Amino acid sequence: MQYKRLTILCGHYGSGKTNIAVNMALDLKTQRENVAIADLDIVNPYFRSKDSEDEFKEHGIRLICSEFASSNVDLPSMPADLYSITDDKSLSVIMDIGGDDRGAYALGRLRDAIMNENDYEMLMVVNKFRPLTPDAPSTIEVMREIEAACGIPFTGIINNSNLAGETDASAVLSSAEYAREVCALSGLPLVLTTVEDRLYDELKDQISPLFRLKLQAKPV
Amino acid sequence: MADKILMKGNEAIAAAAIKAGCMHYFGYPITPQTEIAAYMAKVMPKIGGTFLQAESEIAAINMVYGVSSAGKRVMTSSSSPGVSLKGEGLSYLAGSDLPALIVNVQRGGPGLGGIQPSQSDYFQSTRGGGHGDYHMIVLAPASVQEMAELTVKGFELADTYRMTAMILADGTMGQMMEPVSIDDLEVKPAPEKPWATTGTKMEREHNIVNSLSLVPEELEMFNFQRYDRYKVIEENETMYEEYKVDDADIVIAAFGIAARVSKNAVDEARKLGIKVGLIRPITLWPFPKAPFKKAAEHAKAFLSVELNMGQMIEDVQLAIESKCPVSLCNRAGGMIPDPAQVLNAIKEINGGIA
Repeated sequence: MQYKRLTILCGHYGSGKTNIAVNMALDLKTQRENVAIADLDIVNPYFRSKDSEDEFKEHGIRLICSEFASSNVDLPSMPADLYSITDDKSLSVIMDIGGDDRGAYALGRLRDAIMNENDYEMLMVVNKFRPLTPDAPSTIEVMREIEAACGIPFTGIINNSNLAGETDASAVLSSAEYAREVCALSGLPLVLTTVEDRLYDELKDQISPLFRLKLQAKPV
Repeated sequence: MADKILMKGNEAIAAAAIKAGCMHYFGYPITPQTEIAAYMAKVMPKIGGTFLQAESEIAAINMVYGVSSAGKRVMTSSSSPGVSLKGEGLSYLAGSDLPALIVNVQRGGPGLGGIQPSQSDYFQSTRGGGHGDYHMIVLAPASVQEMAELTVKGFELADTYRMTAMILADGTMGQMMEPVSIDDLEVKPAPEKPWATTGTKMEREHNIVNSLSLVPEELEMFNFQRYDRYKVIEENETMYEEYKVDDADIVIAAFGIAARVSKNAVDEARKLGIKVGLIRPITLWPFPKAPFKKAAEHAKAFLSVELNMGQMIEDVQLAIESKCPVSLCNRAGGMIPDPAQVLNAIKEINGGIA
């Protein structure tokens, strides 16, 4: 995938933003030297980019993240080095934003810097199998709420439709129509379709562009 | 079969409650159950229901009391410290014979504790939760689908027996995402509630919903009547799952996430030739004594696997009338035992009984 300096991942709560962010950071590192992943989630204290901290260290990827993420300190706090995302122009950043409009408020404070620099992609992660985004109109509703909260318009869609362990190739293929409708209704391009590692080979000739996801380790 | 969707356990509870006809929800945010309130806040206004973020857990449980008095299905949810705050309200609901569904997605304690998963409110919930002689029906789901199914079941049991039912989940159950089917849930029509305060229309005597008794003989009678009802529930409503118990020398007792971990350990132990089985109580009150008593006829030892300092173990000992030893395999404070820890406990017991 071709990256801008800032790749912002937003979407409905539980749509799969963090898994995509982790994989994108690793992918981006194969293209650029100075890479960071920024975990700006103020909604969910669990399942954070920080859970992959060791992997980032191993690959030389900088983690910009609240020191309280994945801890017992349930505080909606921002990382101390938040402004290096917008100040340090030598850095390429994948930005993992908290779910829904509530999560996107945290992004709002960087809006002016992001819009003025104008070297960003703002991607909406969608999953048709999530309860509150089963079709294009409901997905667009969440999209508009996020845009209103952070003040940054979306530039593209990522189709991450999945049923976790029960996802098969037909589930992914059946979501293509939904993704097309979301794109048509929003006027935005489908930037990627994402699939879990185990389904990649089966689907790589049928969906393009297809992005391979290695899932973050989960407890039990 | 209807299409599956991908849900968090907390969302499944909220969606199933609405499917069960619950149009009124009152709560106060606390991790790890906040997604229940968040889902209700999004959906209730669209379907003409009530979502209200109360000023406290105490306020929320008393709003539940009000709606239940009016004969409607109603729910509140919280996590451990918040459920302690609801304790007074739970007792008042019991004293007034009011049905309601209470959800506790437990976190580590005591005190403010932490936000990681726990099962340390077993005593609190199976013994009632507040003051006075009473019980709640306590349901312990072990999958996201079961979070949904037991929510519907909880409303039905609460209405049938005019008492509170509690979903006792742990933080893992609330936070984990699994495919689930909500459309397929079967919901029986709610029973008539001739006792509800719905207005007399000048056609009947006033209904009074109250937990205060001025005459001690009367209060004693209400307690006796309530416990007669509990006997019927104990006879008819216990639920459990058995896994490879028939020939087991060692029987594990575990509920919720601990049961999922234990099932893996059972399979590993069986590969080593150790005859292990699992009884997973689904109702924690009434506790499924019968399968334990039956298993004690052939088992040489029991093992209680819990995310607490050993609470259900006492019910296991009572159920088997201390016929054989019961050991504990546990983690606490928000930690989860892994299958290897359970397998080690099994091996240790096996060494002792071989």
